[in-house]
Amino acid sequence: MSETPVELKYVKSHEWVRQEDDGSLTVGITDHAQALLGDLVFVELPQVGRSYTAGQECAVVESVKAASDVYSPVSGEVVAVNDALADTPELINQSPYGDGWLLRLRPSESTELEALLDAEAYAAQMAEES
Amino acid sequence: MTAQKTPLHATHVAMGGRMVDFAGWDMPLHYGSQVQEHHAVRNAAGMFDVSHMSIVDLSGAGAEAWLRRLLANDVARLPPGKALYTCMLNEDGGVLDDLIVYRLGHSEYRLVLNAATRAEDLGWLERHLVGADVELKPRVDLAMLAVQGPEARERSYERLPAALRAAAEALKPFHAVQSGRWLVARTGYTGEDGYELMLPGAEAPALWSRLAVAGVAPCGLGARDTLRLEAGLNLYGADMDEHTTPLESNLGWTVAWDPASRAFIGREVLEAQRTTGPERKLVGLVLEARGVLRAHQAVRSAEGGLGEVTSGGFGPTLGKSVALARIPAAVQNRCEVEIRDRWLPARIVAPPFVRHGTPRV
Repeated sequence: MSETPVELKYVKSHEWVRQEDDGSLTVGITDHAQALLGDLVFVELPQVGRSYTAGQECAVVESVKAASDVYSPVSGEVVAVNDALADTPELINQSPYGDGWLLRLRPSESTELEALLDAEAYAAQMAEES
Repeated sequence: MTAQKTPLHATHVAMGGRMVDFAGWDMPLHYGSQVQEHHAVRNAAGMFDVSHMSIVDLSGAGAEAWLRRLLANDVARLPPGKALYTCMLNEDGGVLDDLIVYRLGHSEYRLVLNAATRAEDLGWLERHLVGADVELKPRVDLAMLAVQGPEARERSYERLPAALRAAAEALKPFHAVQSGRWLVARTGYTGEDGYELMLPGAEAPALWSRLAVAGVAPCGLGARDTLRLEAGLNLYGADMDEHTTPLESNLGWTVAWDPASRAFIGREVLEAQRTTGPERKLVGLVLEARGVLRAHQAVRSAEGGLGEVTSGGFGPTLGKSVALARIPAAVQNRCEVEIRDRWLPARIVAPPFVRHGTPRV
């Protein structure tokens, strides 16, 4: 059974979001998503400074099996990306909520975060899908 | 249709195999990490359940003559106990299947065919049996394990029946030895040394367990695919099929042209293509940018004409993406591949990409 930490917010398309102390939002893909994808072999991250609207394609993760788009959970500007993933994409498999984070956003619409799924709702959705 | 299960199915499930459908069979894709399983085979030893493949025994006074007509490679070259790789062609020279044929005795052979083509292959073989002194016997009673890697053989000897150990140890590449319903062959599909073992299905779980205890890593079909890709070995249905000839599939070396009098099915078309030169060829590609080559991506080049990636992926031993691609025969050295709306540069190479654990590209 995959993990869904309760302190995070989730998107139906299998991204997670964590609010940091400075107001920025860290984004990654869920444990469930990495398990479905299998071993990650390549990650394409956006440039720092680019802005995305909620639901817009902002990164690509490729596993041994397939390429998969990552969608920006909220609207905002990219303030950091996880450069370690260029050489060690397997961090996403090993630690999807920790060292395998993808990018950090400065949100532009404060209400969007509240609309995301909580852990329970995301877990219910996963159960429905399987 | 319910999925078919090999004699090792319960073992895979118990060992945490992630099961997927493959050609109607419920098979393990991996047991946790496909990449780790790949490395286990390159660096030490891994094992695969390949019991879904079709084993067909053939016997009868007419067997040799019959196979010399059905197969593009020539079984007359085989002494008993030796195997060869060959294509089975249709009248147009298209590849119906690729297979390994073992000569087990003077008039006894064993074919190992792909799982996905089983029904078509058996239909084709049976249609051509009319009037031939040949008997076909599908061996659904047998399981098949591939034990592969630089340490595969030494970790296997002790786990084989006592009667086979010495003979298995002395086995040369592409040779096989039998004892009862067991067969040990020094063949494989990974680019590494190792064995393929055929044995009664009921005995397979115990052998699997003994090998696991000996440190042979259980591996799924995912690692099997990346290993064979790095080894430059074609996958039937992806890299060739009934619409491509061996000459268009980098398999010209498997066609036995001599003697010229041997009229194997598809020969006329191949002879004509050999004279004019095929218009397409199957080559290896090494991606020179970051990304992953995948089947069906378009290929273009300065020489003109379009091609297509037939199978591709990330090669864990190489640390980069490689592919097999079918391109116009005139294209040399370099090309570009369309990956997610961008054209990225790739180098054209002769497979294999990896041989006995060592990258060649």
